[in-house]
Amino acid sequence: MSDVTPYDAGETFEPRIVSFFCNWCTYTASDLAGVSRMQYAPNTRVIRIMCSGRLDPQFVLAAFRGGADGVLVGGCHPGDCHYQEGNYKCLRRLELLKRLLVQMGIAPERLRLEWISASEGDVLRDVTNEMVEQLRRLGPLNLDPIPHPEGLEHDGVEPIGAGV
Amino acid sequence: MSKPKVGFYWCASCGGCEEAVVDLAEAVLDVVALVDIVFWPCAMDFKREDLEAMADGEMAACFLNGAIRSSEQREMAELCRQKSGLLVAFGSCSHTGGIPGLANLYTLESIFDSSYGDGVFSNVNPGNVRPQPRTEVPEGVAELPTLDREVKALNQFVPVDYYLPGCPPPVKLIVEAVTAIVKGELPPKGTVLAPDKALCNDCPRIDSKPDDPFIKEFKRPHEVLIDPEKCFLAQGLLCMGPATRCGCDHACIEGNMPCTGCLGPVSHVRDQGAAALSAIASLVASNDAREISGVMDRIPDPAGTFYRYGVPSSMLFKSARPDASGGA
Repeated sequence: MSDVTPYDAGETFEPRIVSFFCNWCTYTASDLAGVSRMQYAPNTRVIRIMCSGRLDPQFVLAAFRGGADGVLVGGCHPGDCHYQEGNYKCLRRLELLKRLLVQMGIAPERLRLEWISASEGDVLRDVTNEMVEQLRRLGPLNLDPIPHPEGLEHDGVEPIGAGV
Repeated sequence: MSKPKVGFYWCASCGGCEEAVVDLAEAVLDVVALVDIVFWPCAMDFKREDLEAMADGEMAACFLNGAIRSSEQREMAELCRQKSGLLVAFGSCSHTGGIPGLANLYTLESIFDSSYGDGVFSNVNPGNVRPQPRTEVPEGVAELPTLDREVKALNQFVPVDYYLPGCPPPVKLIVEAVTAIVKGELPPKGTVLAPDKALCNDCPRIDSKPDDPFIKEFKRPHEVLIDPEKCFLAQGLLCMGPATRCGCDHACIEGNMPCTGCLGPVSHVRDQGAAALSAIASLVASNDAREISGVMDRIPDPAGTFYRYGVPSSMLFKSARPDASGGA
């Protein structure tokens, strides 16, 4: 992954966060934060998904593999899911995924799930700022590259859905 | 016309894959009628020199089992690749890293400490003797292969043409693969030579799997009397069926034990553990964060459960190095 800048202990570390926001609540909250001209850390790359229940745990791993230092997932408050129970499924999955990540040497703080409604632009701002500071303290995620045979071009992650 | 030549070799493995070849029983005669076995050090007296003496690509196919984790295995895997037309990753270790791949959860130092450290487990090693790659003895220098810092699946080290999954690969799949190679009726390179559907799909117990989230508590096989007819997940037992390729004819299910995931993922899944975790976690019948946490506490070893055969082929490949700040 040539586009990932190696971390130099002498530099200020700018964490990279990949944020998966549900279309109906948190993504709308980030729009609200935008139109309200709220200032917050520019360290996130937001990906809109229709529902936090659509978040395949593979997306989280792919984000870490692709160079993210943290993953923020935003969904509707309990009881408010546009699809009734997608956010509960997300909660169950991430609860287990965090335990797996700890065994894989990844601090649980690097994966954060927050319920942020469409009207809570300020919460989104605060959560993002807080997570950036937390990741700054944790430092960069040091994943070893996936090895591949010499001479074979391979970036380490096949796109999901491309087949093996 | 002379018969095509094939070879078998093993790297970091237990020998179970060789057993699978022996398990062909009478079918092994059919295989020998079709091919000449020219290299199989585990079963017959073949040496590395025999392999080196072959022309490049002389073997039509080489079935290599075991993961790659030592200097010797790297040399042999390269030789096998060079001397064979088709290199087939045989069995879970070679396909996805297998049980030896679980070593990627630990550092090399901690592995040596637990294997040789004085007073650790049942070790008695007051002199703290460790294996040395070079030892001088009166007769000369004795050399041992060195252990790598990480365990690799075969395709993470040399290009692989086909995969025969399983721990060990089911006999039926081995016979089908050999037949396909001999007849030249092979699918595109890179294919896993097994059906491309999840085990649940043709599980004899599928009708007893409820549709709605139903898991109230996870149980371990030794804690319950397992119902021989009912879906394991419905009994609260962790079964990797939802995210594991079928083709094993339900050997474990028929033996009344849940699937542990040895055939690896289906082709559209990149990370088997994440897929299994996703399918199973969403079945937990609770919407309360604390209650869910309590249910998940009953899974003592998530990585060893969901990545039992595939830490190296997972998206994370191995445990992350400690964070710069000393966290994690």
